[in-house]
Amino acid sequence: MLWLLLKDLKVLKRSPLLVALLVLYPVIVAVLIGFALSRGPDKPEVAFYNGVPRGQSEFELGGTKIDLSDQADTLFDAVDPVRVNSPEEARRLVRSGDVLGAIIIPEDITQKLRSGISSGEIEVLYNAEDPAKRQYVENTVRSQVQAANAALTRRIAGEAVSLLELIRSGGDYRFLGNEIDVLGLQRSAQILREARADLPPGPLRARVDEVIRFANLAQENLTFSDEVLAAVGEPIKVRAQVIKGGSTSLSSFAIALAVTVTLMFITVLLAAGVLAGEREENAFGRLVRGLVSPTGLLAEKAGLAAACSLIVATLMLVGLGLFVELDWSRAPLWLVAGAFGALGFAALGLAIGALAREVRTASLLAFMLGLPLAFLALVPSGAVAPALYDAIRGISALFPFKPGLDAMDVALNGSGGLAGPLIHLALLALAFGALARLGLRRFA
Amino acid sequence: MVLAAEGLTKRFGTREALRSVSLEADRGELVAIIGPNGAGKTTLLSILAGLQRADAGRVSHAPEEVGWVPQQAAVYGKLTVRENLELFARLEKVGDPAATVERMLDLTGLGERADDQVGRLSSGNRQRVNIAVGLLGQPEVLLLDEPSAALDPRQRARLWEFILALAGQGTTVLYSTHDVQEAERHANRVVVLADGELLFSGSPGELESTVGEASAARDFESAFVSFLHQRGH
Repeated sequence: MLWLLLKDLKVLKRSPLLVALLVLYPVIVAVLIGFALSRGPDKPEVAFYNGVPRGQSEFELGGTKIDLSDQADTLFDAVDPVRVNSPEEARRLVRSGDVLGAIIIPEDITQKLRSGISSGEIEVLYNAEDPAKRQYVENTVRSQVQAANAALTRRIAGEAVSLLELIRSGGDYRFLGNEIDVLGLQRSAQILREARADLPPGPLRARVDEVIRFANLAQENLTFSDEVLAAVGEPIKVRAQVIKGGSTSLSSFAIALAVTVTLMFITVLLAAGVLAGEREENAFGRLVRGLVSPTGLLAEKAGLAAACSLIVATLMLVGLGLFVELDWSRAPLWLVAGAFGALGFAALGLAIGALAREVRTASLLAFMLGLPLAFLALVPSGAVAPALYDAIRGISALFPFKPGLDAMDVALNGSGGLAGPLIHLALLALAFGALARLGLRRFA
Repeated sequence: MVLAAEGLTKRFGTREALRSVSLEADRGELVAIIGPNGAGKTTLLSILAGLQRADAGRVSHAPEEVGWVPQQAAVYGKLTVRENLELFARLEKVGDPAATVERMLDLTGLGERADDQVGRLSSGNRQRVNIAVGLLGQPEVLLLDEPSAALDPRQRARLWEFILALAGQGTTVLYSTHDVQEAERHANRVVVLADGELLFSGSPGELESTVGEASAARDFESAFVSFLHQRGH
């Protein structure tokens, strides 16, 4: 068997184009899938007209200056602004399709906000030629405007809390350039208590007592004002909790996916190709006449395909590790997950090779099967009808991609138990190995 | 007697590819198996080589005791002549692989092409490598399935020179062929199969005698065709 393995390695060495394609194609596909999955869509280009004169974007609220341009920065995190000089230019760009939308900030927005009695209003225009993009721009702008609103509300609420604290405790307050000493409820109560002591018992003293009680009560209740106003500034808080699945980030999952796709393509194509190649070279009949047992031949091909793909996948991980943070202490688990995954894929490749019996047919079949399996395994729950999702899960469970991806995800990110996917892969390897062995009966 | 098969029967579904075929071959004998298409020639050789199992009957030897040369060269195109011979010598577990390879290169006259990839050789030379691999284990019996098919006349002549030399050294050679005149020229004995049935086993001269003068056969091929007609094929 060793000699056969050396023969296969020699044949691969003499087929540099084939080997290059076999390695580069899956790596490129894997990186593209991972890239597409981990990266959001580009920022949409949105025309931006700011009618507020330069230097007038600030307005004062309760003595605190708020700059509107700070809120605009939040918006620009999500869109790529194309600055224009007039609302008409913004409209023209949207109409011509040069931009997907436009945001027009009117000249009077700061005055309205400063007044405290009317809302500021901004105008948003959309190009609806592409419904998907329109939806994206609409959602992006709306969520960013809401974020800006929420930020302003928090600032205003914070300012109100300061003012209430001033009423409660007293202190200096600056208004229109003048310094005002505010007495405050606390000091008022103190003064009243001192004055009360000099008053004789009678109706006047009773009335002063009433005022002191009010001042104390007002002080106590104002203590809770900051909490109430904080709730007004952010009435609904989000508390996120993961119920099912691991805590893998999208980029870490993309790495697991890229490695599994690479592992799948190289192993399946190589195993299917080298087995079918024995028949195409007419050597199979000669080999199984007592030189090698059919099961031994399958084991040799599986070992070759699994070892080659595991080496490429490991090198790929090491390469990715130069750019992305990986937990190197988990490296032994990567190898275990990779080895089990490679064996599962190798058995699938052998079954394809044994049934197809020709290198070209086997390669085509491996491609045709590989990509749909990868995509099926990525269909999230809720994306399709429940019955269809169950069917997809059932199909995915019959092939090694999904458990291979799960195992690699766990090995890389520690997002669950490794034993389950490994046992699943081992069972699939045995099942596809048995199928390949049956296929060899009509192989010669 | 170095090879004997008795009552070999093989069925593929309801079709009987071989019907109780028996044959024997002596040391150094050249036996040609001839017959029309679908007669069962390749099936008989495959059973003798151990590639297929007979449904009934027995063969005197184990598969690894005979050399097998399939019709299509069963060698690796990406390996050189020497590498192919070395690989199969090691898989056959021959005593001294290097010496055996050198001997085979001498025997086949491929010494000068030893380091050429087999895929770049002519079909005649590929067939010589194919035969050399079949001879690596120094078998007493060599089975060849249509060895001269797809060879030009010059390559064919060189191939037969090589096979006759093997027989001269004591190797028993059984081969199937469509070329009846080739069988007449290069066989001590011809075995005629038709529809899975063994119709004749004897020398080419004996086959011509069997047909008789009445058939007015001018040559061996005419005699063979007449023989098949007489037997209802």
